[in-house]
Amino acid sequence: MSQATFRIWRSEPGGGSGAFTNYTTEISEGMVVLDAVHKIQAEQAPDLACRWNCKAGKCGSCSAEINGKPRLMCMSRLNSLDLNEPVTVEPMRTFPLIKDLVTDVSWNFRVKKGLKKFKPRKPDAADGTWRMAQRDVDRVQEFRKCIECFLCQDVCHVLRDHDKHEEFIGPRFLLYTAALEMHPLDSDDRLQDLKDKNNIGYCNITKCCTKVCPEHIHITDNAIIPLKERVVDRFYDPVTRLLRMITG
Amino acid sequence: MAAHATYSYDVLVIGAGGAGLRAAIEAANAGVSVGLICKSLLGKAHTVMAEGGMAAAMAHNDDRDSWQVHFADTMRGGQYVNNWRMAEIHAKEAPDRVRELEAWGAVFDRTPDGRINQRNFGGHRYPRLAHVGDRTGLELIRTLQDHTTYLGVTVHMEHTVIELILDGGRAAGVLAYDRERGRFHAFTAKAIIMATGGAGRAFKITSNSWEGTGDGHALAYRAGAELIDMEFIQFHPTGMVWPPSVRGILVTEGVRGEGGVLRNSEGRRFMFDDIPDNYKPQTAADPEEGWRYVMQDKTARRPPELLTRDHVARCINREVKAGRGSPHGGVFLDIAWIKEKISDAPGHIKRKLPSMYHQFKELADLDITTTPMEVGPTTHYIMGGIRVDADSQESTIPGLFAAGECAAGINGANRLGGNSLSDLIVFGKRAGEFAAQLARKSEQPKLDDGAVERALNASLAPFERGNAGENPYKVQHDLQDAMQALVGIVRNEGEMQEAVKKLAGFNERASRAGIDGHREYNSGWHTCIDLRNLLDCSEAIALSAIERKESRGGHFRDDYPDKVAEFGTFNISTRRQADGTMKVSRLPLKEIPAELKQVIEEQKQ
Ligand SMILES: Cc1cc2nc3c(=O)[nH]c(=O)nc-3n(C[C@H](O)[C@H](O)[C@H](O)COP(=O)(O)OP(=O)(O)OC[C@H]3O[C@@H](n4cnc5c(N)ncnc54)[C@H](O)[C@@H]3O)c2cc1C
Ligand code: SF4
Ligand code: SF4
Ligand code: FES
Repeated sequence: MSQATFRIWRSEPGGGSGAFTNYTTEISEGMVVLDAVHKIQAEQAPDLACRWNCKAGKCGSCSAEINGKPRLMCMSRLNSLDLNEPVTVEPMRTFPLIKDLVTDVSWNFRVKKGLKKFKPRKPDAADGTWRMAQRDVDRVQEFRKCIECFLCQDVCHVLRDHDKHEEFIGPRFLLYTAALEMHPLDSDDRLQDLKDKNNIGYCNITKCCTKVCPEHIHITDNAIIPLKERVVDRFYDPVTRLLRMITG
Repeated sequence: MAAHATYSYDVLVIGAGGAGLRAAIEAANAGVSVGLICKSLLGKAHTVMAEGGMAAAMAHNDDRDSWQVHFADTMRGGQYVNNWRMAEIHAKEAPDRVRELEAWGAVFDRTPDGRINQRNFGGHRYPRLAHVGDRTGLELIRTLQDHTTYLGVTVHMEHTVIELILDGGRAAGVLAYDRERGRFHAFTAKAIIMATGGAGRAFKITSNSWEGTGDGHALAYRAGAELIDMEFIQFHPTGMVWPPSVRGILVTEGVRGEGGVLRNSEGRRFMFDDIPDNYKPQTAADPEEGWRYVMQDKTARRPPELLTRDHVARCINREVKAGRGSPHGGVFLDIAWIKEKISDAPGHIKRKLPSMYHQFKELADLDITTTPMEVGPTTHYIMGGIRVDADSQESTIPGLFAAGECAAGINGANRLGGNSLSDLIVFGKRAGEFAAQLARKSEQPKLDDGAVERALNASLAPFERGNAGENPYKVQHDLQDAMQALVGIVRNEGEMQEAVKKLAGFNERASRAGIDGHREYNSGWHTCIDLRNLLDCSEAIALSAIERKESRGGHFRDDYPDKVAEFGTFNISTRRQADGTMKVSRLPLKEIPAELKQVIEEQKQ
């Protein structure tokens, strides 16, 4: 057994002010950051707040910033971290703090409510069912792997630094929109909304979202860029063509 | 002190897993007002973890499949103490419920002709599980969650129900606290649906999330509802065993469905050594036939690795006890070997089992495409729960319905893999429908202020004791250790009697549990409250298991290792008596109608 020190954000009740507190605890082989947080909770700080459910990287509850990087606590093995220094564990900084490691992510649920829902075309067969080839659903299935951990939202500078929560839906919901737009059965059209309401144009393809996605979804390359291309094709192409004609 | 706020709904659903969401959708579609309460954020419920798939006899991959075969498989798996009417409804309605998900946006894996693809699973005669890789639960919950978003259901997330309140013997409302601020909220409803999931957290090694503390079981029990089948716990044969911090996390049966084999330390496929007589006609004679089955050869029979979970779990247990286990106390599960049979095996494995690949790579530093996994049994599912009417899902308390894992009946002594997700949508829908029907013809009940206040004050008592009280985490750990050791996968009278004694001690300690700090998002306080539920469930499990003096399905006793015909004629029920003690009784099974009996007989060959 060896020991490691964790520098964990503790807040005052009611959010607002807070500070890091150091906790030193025993660690054993295979432990992840969430195990350490649980151990600290059970032995030293019973009122330490953190969210978790599955402890297997499947539910997207335990998002936090570990040594400054947005990650799932349950999938961050201690042997992947430098334990000679205290390991910093703090809440996602893009969302309002509730307590300690827990943030208010309700904005995300509101954003989803404002997006157009799935609208299937008429069934293909008399029994009310559809036919789809596996190769036609591969892409959408990649997008539907999303566990709604909101780490991509946490890291996107449009939200994190520029606070555009009212105008920009963030990578998670661009991906969600892409999953609907590219769904072989969907018959609605979201391009106007993407351009005007959701401001896909704010994304300048830094790919930070893709880098932190625990599901390894190619958010930018496979979802956002194709959506941007569709928007451009629909709304801007004639203009660029016109420009090209004038400037020769 | 009074509740901070009071809400009124026609139908109140407690739980936002597959069952709760499906119930909420149905009730909302019926035009009544619906409130939905869940302990976690929306979309995080335990259902999200389900991997392998949902069972429905759509006959896409084998046209010999039908509701009759599914029904017979479910009854055989449950060792014939199932509620046959539930098994019948489930087998008949599951295909429509699955197709409906597709209309709501779910994207299942496809067959070559473009329909929903179905995979093999233990105890199912034909490929029957609609699936999405090995993340079917995520697809289910997200589809239902997104669909619910537009139906005007009011969702109270991160609220925990701590008391079910009756009015003249009828369900009238609940009291809950919110995690964020620790404030109390009262709810009244004309009909209440329990969809709170399982109780795996009563055991030390479990695949269940923290939410699985048997709240619905215990809330209903304390309000006077009857629980049945509590002795039947499913120990899934394949949980991770190493490293220690991930012990219990599930390794999907899908691994075996795709050709994974179990071996002991001598390299022997030990499952071939012990095939129960009633499964012999359907089980492969040798590895070669087993592989043909995996390759969907319709003339082949399934490999013994796909026998029912209770049996496979006990075989693994036996190998380990006999000293033929793997280095960390499990056995080997090998999927890498299929490279002998197919080209690009690593690619195939990653495509078919992506989250398993991911899970082992990231949590155990192990590449399942090259190296066998180490696996062992883990507490997975509780067949027992709230007794309900098969058609309406109403419990023995008028106005209280239950659906999903917290309800009992469909699975009997053992659940087949894939039958839970389909159970959620079949009976979730029915609960929503019948609850809405009842709500439409009922008056809004009144909550008794006194009852609210008593429940509220009792839940705050741990703060008065502060740090001087018992550490709730410690009590919880001790309880989990005791249940694991004494009422686990192999049971006997002496150990279970010891468990009952220990439970009394834990109850006493739990009543002295204390906690410091504030009510905001205080896990220690939440643990104090959860403890009561775990303890009530544990007692029901232990007492029911003592009463069943035989071995059947998930319940195995080494002092009564055989199945006894007489015990196949009743369920065991537990009910709270006026003096607070638990009454255990035998509830005779209803006679199976002749035509269903015949279906079962026809499928026995
Ligand atoms: C790892 C894993 C894999 C599985 N794979 C499969 C599979 O492939 N196929 C299959 O058929 N089954 C599978 N199962 C089983 C299946 O997932 C569960 O049985 C099923 O999801 C239970 O669903 P549910 O709706 O009943 O409850 P849950 O999904 O457990 O949801 C319970 C809900 O109730 C809420 N709740 C609980 N208590 C309270 C309270 N006091 N107050 C308010 N809310 C409360 C919770 O917050 C949650 O929202 C698997 C299980 C596990 C653990
Ligand atoms: S690529 Fe776009 S959406 Fe993703 S983080 Fe960068 S700006 Fe945000
Ligand atoms: S896209 Fe990836 S990072 Fe973003 S919420 Fe989904 S899983 Fe998380
Ligand atoms: S606890 Fe579910 S993703 Fe970490």
